[in-house]
Amino acid sequence: MMGNRNFNNLAVDVTDLRRTFGDFVAVDNISLSVKRGEIFGFLGPNGAGKSTTIRMLCGLLMPTGGIGTVGGFDINKESESIKQIIGYMSQKFSLYDNLTVEENINFFGGVYNVPKEKKTERKEWVLNMAGLTEERNALTRNLAAGFKQRLALGCAILHEPHIIFLDEPTSGVDPISRRNFWNLINEMSQAGTTVFVTTHYMDEADYCDRLALIYRGKIIAEGTPTELRKKYMTRDVLEVNVDKVVEAFNILSFHKIDAAIFGSTLHVVTDDAETSREHIPKTLRESGVTVKGIEKIPPSLEDVFVTLIEVS
Amino acid sequence: MNILRIKAIAKKEFIQIWRDPFSLAMAFLMPVILLFIYGYAITFDIDKIRTVVFDMDKSSLSREFINQFHESGYFRVNSYVESYKAIDPYLDSGRARVAVVIPENFSKNIRKGYNAQVEVLIDGSDSNTATIAQGYTLAIAEGFSQRMRGTRVTPLIDSRSRVWYNNELKSRNFIIPGLIAIVMAVIIALLSSLTIAREWDRGTMEQLISTPVKTPELILGKLIPYFLIGFADTILTILMSTLLFNVPLRGSIMLLLGLSGIFLFGGLSFGILMSIVGKTQLAASQAALLTSFLPAFLLSGFIFSISNIPKPLQIVTYLIPARYFVTILKGIFLKGSTLKVLWVEALLLTLFAVIVFTAANRKFRKRIE
Repeated sequence: MMGNRNFNNLAVDVTDLRRTFGDFVAVDNISLSVKRGEIFGFLGPNGAGKSTTIRMLCGLLMPTGGIGTVGGFDINKESESIKQIIGYMSQKFSLYDNLTVEENINFFGGVYNVPKEKKTERKEWVLNMAGLTEERNALTRNLAAGFKQRLALGCAILHEPHIIFLDEPTSGVDPISRRNFWNLINEMSQAGTTVFVTTHYMDEADYCDRLALIYRGKIIAEGTPTELRKKYMTRDVLEVNVDKVVEAFNILSFHKIDAAIFGSTLHVVTDDAETSREHIPKTLRESGVTVKGIEKIPPSLEDVFVTLIEVS
Repeated sequence: MNILRIKAIAKKEFIQIWRDPFSLAMAFLMPVILLFIYGYAITFDIDKIRTVVFDMDKSSLSREFINQFHESGYFRVNSYVESYKAIDPYLDSGRARVAVVIPENFSKNIRKGYNAQVEVLIDGSDSNTATIAQGYTLAIAEGFSQRMRGTRVTPLIDSRSRVWYNNELKSRNFIIPGLIAIVMAVIIALLSSLTIAREWDRGTMEQLISTPVKTPELILGKLIPYFLIGFADTILTILMSTLLFNVPLRGSIMLLLGLSGIFLFGGLSFGILMSIVGKTQLAASQAALLTSFLPAFLLSGFIFSISNIPKPLQIVTYLIPARYFVTILKGIFLKGSTLKVLWVEALLLTLFAVIVFTAANRKFRKRIE
């Protein structure tokens, strides 16, 4: 494996990173630093600038402005050196679907120059990790989404990179596969690998050591999950169980009450939980919506994020 | 450059071609089909032109004259009519391309030593056949008159032409060697132009350019499988040409294979360059068709002799590598030419290959634009 050039503690360190496409500002002067061995979550809705950022960090896209390093290498001048030490998994499934599982692994093993004596061991490791030992001769296009995802991850880390960049690794994958996936990321982080991961699933944020929330190209919050909850969520969250969610949402919005739809329930953000607990069921009942339950809950990161977006 | 990386890419590319029925058909069926079409179906040779005869003289001499047409092998007299009017439907419907009308006093005039006239009607809608038929008719009439006059009169100039290199003037001998260039141009245009663009289209390129792979490794790795296929096609077409169509191969087969290799390398690099510039599979394949396959077909001298095309286009042909390759192929097959004669063409092909390969390497960006 390639050694890193300097021994500072930061795997990723960028300042005022910017990228425009014509008049559109995709990434608007963001600054980030990720410590070695950390799982760094990069959260935001679709189109917020997550993929653009990750592509710039991987040397795939030239920044319009800003400076920084990845693994000690300059992102503007040493993108090919960066490519030696990173593993990258793009948002779109990017393995060859007309190759078998094993052929894909062999291909990336060759391209990453995995030493001959390690090749077989690494291949077996990936097959095992992805749960595809029996399907090694199956065409990749016939695999289920969760398996494809894990195989793609396996191919991206065949060469045991120091830093891995994962762009929406769990999108379109079933919940159980998602959980397995995060366990795997956790293991790698424990083994010393830095993991930079983007997601738009807010419930995945708690798996990360540190988070940055990006919205419209700007970082609007940064910190550990606990810090974010404390810092940005000074208000209470009430979970309201109703029979007609959309209708209830419209009624509350009409009364200028801060509500958001969370599946089959509503989350209401309020300064005074006790008063709202009385007030909200009354308001809804008057408009013909039945309230089946209402209780105060600890804010999830999704609540934090929704609040932050409303502020900005 | 890392051999293992090139090998990994070449192997992957080869598996992908192998699993893709379209690519496989293109690679191995196309040459065979093209060879059959040009070898059997299309021929520019004129023989057995259908001929109708209106013989008003009905003498032994007139019959002998008609027989000359028959014996020449170029005409086939398939019907006789009894009136002038009856000729029309034959020519109109194409049942005959030539009509020979012999007047009543044909034999009488010849016997008296007068000038005997014969009318020949030729269907000019196919100008190529018409011109040739006209030439043959004149030659037959000439020969017949000489025989009637006896051998006493010797012509002032007795020109006897001998055709070299293709002494039976078979169009097959002339077309098939050049066809090898066309077959390769097809493979180059339709297969290699897809190879880079396909990876962009399918999203696999993003993963590939995030790896430490170097541009020349990627391009060489992608080129190798197509080069091997192209080379196999070359051998296949040479075998078919010589064994099936009996085209003579008079020159060195090693020289032929060596120069084919250079042409292939240049053409494939060009296809890959198109693939890099075109970005999408559709754009790349269209660009490749327009810039390599069509010029190779029309402007290489494969069928249409370069000296017969308009001057401005003639200048364009110098930029088309297939032009040099067609010259090389025809030279080696028919004339047994050696490198002594073909070195200019060989040098220009090499130059083209080097320039285009370098351009492809320069043009490729390991970046999303």
